[in-house]
Amino acid sequence: MKPLLELENVSYAYHSKNGETFALSDISFQVQRGEFIAVVGPSGCGKSTLLSLISGLLRPEGGRILLEGETENTFREKIGYMLQKDHLFEWRTIYRNVVLGLEIQHKLNNESRTRVDKMLMDYGLYRFRSARPSELSGGMRQRAALIRTLALDPELLLLDEPFSALDFQTRLSVCDDVYSILRREKKTAILVTHDLSEAVSMADRIIVLSARPARVKKILRIRFAEQAQTPFERRNMPEFKEYFNLLWKELNEHG
Amino acid sequence: MDKKRGVSQTQLDYLQGLKRRQYRITAVQILIFVVFLLLWETAVQLGWIDGFIFSSPSRVLKTFGMMWKDRSIFLHTGITLAETLISFVLVVVAGVSISVVLWYNTELSEILEPYLVVLNSLPKSALAPLLIVWLGANMKSIIVAGISIAIFGTVLNLYTGFREMDPDKVKLIYTLQGRRTDVLSKVILPGTVPLLVSVMKVNIGLCLVGVVIGEFIGARQGLGYLIIYGSQVFKLDWVIMSIVILCLIAMALYGVLGIIERRCRKDG
Repeated sequence: MKPLLELENVSYAYHSKNGETFALSDISFQVQRGEFIAVVGPSGCGKSTLLSLISGLLRPEGGRILLEGETENTFREKIGYMLQKDHLFEWRTIYRNVVLGLEIQHKLNNESRTRVDKMLMDYGLYRFRSARPSELSGGMRQRAALIRTLALDPELLLLDEPFSALDFQTRLSVCDDVYSILRREKKTAILVTHDLSEAVSMADRIIVLSARPARVKKILRIRFAEQAQTPFERRNMPEFKEYFNLLWKELNEHG
Repeated sequence: MDKKRGVSQTQLDYLQGLKRRQYRITAVQILIFVVFLLLWETAVQLGWIDGFIFSSPSRVLKTFGMMWKDRSIFLHTGITLAETLISFVLVVVAGVSISVVLWYNTELSEILEPYLVVLNSLPKSALAPLLIVWLGANMKSIIVAGISIAIFGTVLNLYTGFREMDPDKVKLIYTLQGRRTDVLSKVILPGTVPLLVSVMKVNIGLCLVGVVIGEFIGARQGLGYLIIYGSQVFKLDWVIMSIVILCLIAMALYGVLGIIERRCRKDG
């Protein structure tokens, strides 16, 4: 089957007056439909840059990025991007925050409204539609941000450390929430994180990047026994520790 | 032994203390005002200071009453108020528009920056005589004087606020496939409403200053004119009364903006 996303020898550098910084060099990998990919690497290695490139916010300086075999500009419409913080606007209600993307793309119609309402109901936010973001807990806000992304019905989701702003307990439960939501909506996702246990507990495959300029150091396939359904359950499985140690070693081997 | 829904006695005492403190502050504020007026009046009555030069509360009141009767007070106050409001509205509209243009065109803003900084730090009262010569001794030049005092600071403040908007919020719009126009209408403008209101609060005072300066130099009506004319013909009662009215206008305008600010905060 044709992969949903293909990166072929992608490289990128940031330019400034004081010189250029090579962020990514020769990155190649493929993502199959329905897969959950985690990208880990040392901090500042260009993980977020990778997502910006895939989403089309930045253009690769070398190589190609193909979505369903195409490099067209239009592919951005099929990509949803979730940032580190929820960035819900305090001057909008939760509902108006959630439909922000639809509003921008002029896709706010009865059909999309029904879909949004359904998601709000499914994920326990319907009661808070007319609340302000500050009235919600961190986990609820993150869920609202996810619905805002899903409202545009993207095929590929990019998650840029979406849990890093949450405290540990909330993080575990939001992690479970987001995971089950993405599974239920049958989305393909790429998660960037510096939290190895998060990567192991959520991903089907983990792409390990080297220090800057980032190369693909290793791609690790993660397999858990059937009964481990949620990230939280996975954390308690014996395989979890093995994968974790494997990753840990990989990241701490210099060079 | 208060049974107000489980509120403890210490909490009640604390609230009581807060309330008492607030009363005390208000009482002293009023007291200062009353003592000042009494002292002023007494000093004039007993001949400690010359009422002809220093006026007095009673003389101010009497003047006010006379001008109320011949309606001239409404003319002067109304003119000054109208000029201030017109220049204020123009400053807000022009300030926002110019800031938006600069935000759209960063190169232009870099080109204009030194000019804005110089114009902003220039004492604008120096421009007033020029304006009178160029535009004539009329309402137009007085309104322009009011605008000139507030506009540059407004543009600098708003533009800086626009630029300092959280870059991730801007990025969010782009990740939702928005354009620059969406960034402006969905993030920059709604996100800087609190800044706009606080800039407006400063501006209303500045416009009043500009208008009074303008009236000093080139007007036949208005409180500024009354002050200058009064000082020239030694009618110090007029001067003091005009200053008192200016105080009241400033307080009222500021109060109105305070209400708007609170309403904004409730909505936002």
